[in-house]
Amino acid sequence: MTAYERDWEAFVTLSPEGEAHMDLAVEGVTCAACMVEIERGLSAQPGIRKARLNLTSHRLAVDWTPGESTPDQVVETLSRLGYRAHPFDPAQVRERADSAGRELLRCLAVAGFAAMNIMLLSVSVWSGNATGIETETRDFFHWLSALIALPAAVYAGRPFLRSAFAAVWAKRLNMDVPIVIGVTLALFLSVTQTIQSAHHAYFESAVMLLFFLLIGRYLDHTMRRRTRAFAENIAALKAETAVTILPDGRLREVPLSKVEPGEHILVRAGERVSLDGTVLSGRSDIDQSLVTGETALASVGVGDPVYAGTMNASANLTVAVTTASGATLLDEVTRLLEAAAQAKSRHVQLADRAAALYSPLVHLAAALTFVGWWLSGAGWQPSLVVAISVLIITCPCALGLAIPAVQVVTSGLMFRAGVLLHSGDAVERLAEVDTIVFDKTGTLTLAVPEVVETAVLDDSARALAGRLALSSRHPLAAALARATQAEVPLPDAREMPGEGVCAEVEGRELRLGSATFCGLPEAQVQAALAARPGASLLVFCDGAETPVPLLVEQRVREDAAETAAALRQAGYRLAILSGDRTAPVAAVAQQLGIEDWQAELRPADKIARLEQWAATGARVLMVGDGLNDAPALAAAHVSMSPVTAVHVAQAAADAVFLGDRLAPVFEALRLSRRARAAMAQNLWFSTLYNVVAVPFAVAGFVTPLIAALAMSGSSVVVTLNALRLRLAAGSSSERV
Amino acid sequence: MDVLIFLIPVALLLGLIGLAGFLWSLKSGQYEDLEGAKYRILQDDDLPDDPAR
Repeated sequence: MTAYERDWEAFVTLSPEGEAHMDLAVEGVTCAACMVEIERGLSAQPGIRKARLNLTSHRLAVDWTPGESTPDQVVETLSRLGYRAHPFDPAQVRERADSAGRELLRCLAVAGFAAMNIMLLSVSVWSGNATGIETETRDFFHWLSALIALPAAVYAGRPFLRSAFAAVWAKRLNMDVPIVIGVTLALFLSVTQTIQSAHHAYFESAVMLLFFLLIGRYLDHTMRRRTRAFAENIAALKAETAVTILPDGRLREVPLSKVEPGEHILVRAGERVSLDGTVLSGRSDIDQSLVTGETALASVGVGDPVYAGTMNASANLTVAVTTASGATLLDEVTRLLEAAAQAKSRHVQLADRAAALYSPLVHLAAALTFVGWWLSGAGWQPSLVVAISVLIITCPCALGLAIPAVQVVTSGLMFRAGVLLHSGDAVERLAEVDTIVFDKTGTLTLAVPEVVETAVLDDSARALAGRLALSSRHPLAAALARATQAEVPLPDAREMPGEGVCAEVEGRELRLGSATFCGLPEAQVQAALAARPGASLLVFCDGAETPVPLLVEQRVREDAAETAAALRQAGYRLAILSGDRTAPVAAVAQQLGIEDWQAELRPADKIARLEQWAATGARVLMVGDGLNDAPALAAAHVSMSPVTAVHVAQAAADAVFLGDRLAPVFEALRLSRRARAAMAQNLWFSTLYNVVAVPFAVAGFVTPLIAALAMSGSSVVVTLNALRLRLAAGSSSERV
Repeated sequence: MDVLIFLIPVALLLGLIGLAGFLWSLKSGQYEDLEGAKYRILQDDDLPDDPAR
C-alpha cells in the first residue's frame, strides 16, 4: 500500500447526472480477447456502470457511480487482470473528440453525396447530347445539378477556403489557393453556361475535385491523429505525477500540471525528479544521465538545484518547485530550443514547393489561353470558357493526393517498425539525411544500467548480494538485484542514505554500497575502473572477507553494432556527440567502429557542431534522448529519440522509436527513402498528366466528360503508386 | 419522360437518406473504434448497457 493518498480528482470528470468518468491508457492490449477480458472484468465490479475499451487507440473509458467504486479499484482490477493502466491527465489530452477529423468526414460525406448525384445527372446529359436530348430536359438537369452543387461546395469547401484565406492573408501561396480559385471559377462558369442553356456544365468536376481532395486531407489528418494519440498513451503510462507535501504534512500524488511553483514535493530514493526545483532538505546522489549525458552520479545537498528528468539515487529529498526561469541549465536549453525551432520553420515541404511552382504556372497558362483565343477573334465569353477549362483540368487533384497518400502508407509502415512520426514532412527530411549523429547515454546505450559481470562472486555470495540489493532503491543496487534475479529481501536490512545497505546473516555483517562504505582501498577502485572507464562501482563485502568490486554500466543496445555497420554500408556518415566523460564515450565509439566522436559537450557545443556540418551541406539526423540533446534535436535537419527519452527531447524530436533495439532508426531511414522516391514519382506523374492535358484544354477540346475521366484517373494512379510501397515492404519486412 | 418528375426526386431522396444516416452514425461515435467493432460482432453476451452509446 502506498503511504500517501492519490489525488484522482484531477483525472476524473463528473457528468451532469453525477456519474464519474475516467479515461485510461492501457498497456498490453494485443487482441480482441484482451478487450473482452477487460470489459467483463471491470463490469463485474460493483458500481461500474460502463467500461469500454477502444481497440484502435488502446484507451479505456470507465463510468462509475461515485461512492460505489473508486479509481484505485479500477486500476487495481486492471493490474490483477495483467494490464498496466494509467489515467489520462485531462490537461494533457487536448482534443479527445477529434472535432477536426469529424468535420473533414462530414465534408467528405456531403461532397461524396453531391458528386454521385450530380454525376448521375451529368452522365444523362452526356449521353443525351449524343442522342439528341431536349433542351428543356438538359437545362432542368443542369439547374438541378446547380441546386446540389452550390450548397455542397460551400459546405465541403470550408477546409480549403479557410486555409487559402490564411495563406493569402500571410502573403503566401499554398496548394489551397489554386484549388479554391479553380472550384469557384468552375461553379461560376457552370452557372453562366446553364443560364445560357449551353451543352456543357462543369458542376461534377468542381464537386468531384473537392471529394478527392477531401480524401487526401482526411488521410493526412488520420495519420497525424493516430501517432499523436499513441504518443499521448505513452506519456500517460509514464505516469508523470509528483508527490506534493501539503502544509499539514500530508502527502498527495497529483499530475504534474497541477503543481504550482513554490509548492514542496517529495522525491523518494529511486524515483525521477519530476519538476525543476531547489533542494530544501536531504542529501542525495543524483543520476543526471538523462539531462547532461553524464553517467557518474552527482551529489546534491540543501540549496542545490535539481532538474526534471534526473533520477534521485540514494535518499529522500524535499524539493521546492521553481519556475523554469530560475534554473540556469534549463534556461540555456529553452533559449537554444526556441532559436532552433525558428530556424527549422524555414524548411519548405515538398508539397508547398510544388504548389509555389505550380500555381503561377497554371494561372499564367490560363491567362495566356484567354488572351490567345480573344486575340484570334473568338469573343471574350468563349475565350473565358476555354481559359476556365484549363484551370479545371489542371486543378491539383492528383497533386493534392500525391504526397498525403504516400505519407499515410509510410507512417503506417513505420508504425509497424516501431517508429512514431510526429510530423508528416519528417519523412521527406529523413530521406535527405546523409549524416547521423548519435548521443551516447540512453541512445546508443540502454537507459537502464546493468551489472557487467557477476562471475567474480560465487553462487551463494551472489544470491546474498542480490537479496541485499533488493532493500535499496538505488539504481546500481536495482541493477544487481535484476542481474541476480533475487526475489526475497534479507530481513532487517538497513539502508544508510548515500552510502549503502547492510544486514546481518548468520553473525556476519553484509555490506553493499560505495567503496568507502565497504572499505575497498582507493587503489583497487582505480584498478577496477581502469578496464571499464564508463562503469560505476558497487562494492559487496561479506563479513571479514575482502570486499568485491562489481561494475555496473549502461549496456550498449543489443543491435547497435549491427545497425551502425548497416548504416555505414548504406552510405551514411556516423558520429557521436556526447555530454559524458571522454573515456566511456571513446569505449562505445570504438565498440561500434565510429571514428568521429566528441565528448564532454554542452548543449550549445552540440548545436555548434551541427551547424558546422550543416554549413558544409550535410543533412544531419540527430538521435538523442536527454534534456541536453533537446536543442540539438530541434536544430538538426531531422531528429529521432528513443521512447525512454525525457519529455522535452521527445517533443523536440520529429520521430520516436520504441523498444530496446536501434534497428528502427535504420528502418525509418530506409522507408523514408523509398517514400521520397514514391512522392517524386507521383509529382512527376502529376506533371506529366498536366503536360498532356493542358494542350487539349488550351485547344478547347476539354469537355466535362474528359475532365472527369482525367481527374479521377490521375487520382487513382497516384493512390495506387503509394499503396505499392506497402507491397514492397510486405515482402522485405520478413527479412528484417 | 414525365416519369423523371418522380424518379429524380426519389433518387435524390434515397441519397439524402444515406447521407443523413452517415452523419448520424458519425455523430453517435460509431467510427471511434473501427478495430474493436469487427470483433464485437462475435461477442455473444453483450454488456448490460447499450454498447453503441
